[in-house]
Amino acid sequence: MTAEGLDEESAAWLRRLGAGESERLAAERELHARLVRIALAEVRRRSASTPVTGQELDDIAHQAADDAMVAILAKLGSFRGESRFITWAYRFVILEVSSKLGRHYWRNPPVALDAGQWERLPDRFGIDPARHAETAGLLAEVRRVVEEELTAHQRRIFTAIVVDGIPLDALAARLGLQRGAIYKVTFDARRKIRRALVANGYLEETGLEQR
Amino acid sequence: MSDLERLDRFLRTDPRDVGCDEAMAVLHIYADLVAGGEDAAGRYPGVAAHLLSCGPCGEDFAGLLQAVTGG
Repeated sequence: MTAEGLDEESAAWLRRLGAGESERLAAERELHARLVRIALAEVRRRSASTPVTGQELDDIAHQAADDAMVAILAKLGSFRGESRFITWAYRFVILEVSSKLGRHYWRNPPVALDAGQWERLPDRFGIDPARHAETAGLLAEVRRVVEEELTAHQRRIFTAIVVDGIPLDALAARLGLQRGAIYKVTFDARRKIRRALVANGYLEETGLEQR
Repeated sequence: MSDLERLDRFLRTDPRDVGCDEAMAVLHIYADLVAGGEDAAGRYPGVAAHLLSCGPCGEDFAGLLQAVTGG
């Protein structure tokens, strides 16, 4: 650990990135190369869950690394040493990959916004096709609550995310909202739906306290 | 897990869940704790609850953890 409480590697990164031109540029090139490697690994790790494929995935990785590099250099002064420097830096590129995959989803979306594919709900919940008939009443109640008890905003977002399976980041990009705002809407919708299912005898009120 | 349990688990909300913004703000700290074998969930129970419930944030965490552990 250094006098500032940083591990040696983090301190070295900060020193090199703040050094004179030749050392600083060498450090930036090294960091950028690492960001590209992490971004490429990340788009490949996520390739099964996105309609984006091939060269477009690699392009997204390179764009994510470039944008993360700019953000890291701009925010270098805000690094407080609460984690290793490289973990702090990698967080930027991982979040850039997420955000870019969300935006690129709409170039070739497998489902349109507001499609409302309710017939696919059993699959969304992983319900065994042999048991669709048994769970039909429960799922019909879920749909009733969605249609009658959620607000229009909650209904639109819950339907897009849960019924149509649109990735949350893609929906956030399409609606111009932050991920956290979309999540909060689905959080409130889940709670409201569960309360209705409990009240109507479909589920038991046990386990974690509902806020 | 039965179909009913799966649906119930999806609908359940954890009051400790801190939401996306707070979880993302400390994701690097949380990842380093996990990578170092520390009790990250004990130190940040609200973040742990969120990462279990939020698919996108859970994916970001998985990606960051893989990145820092050299996977």
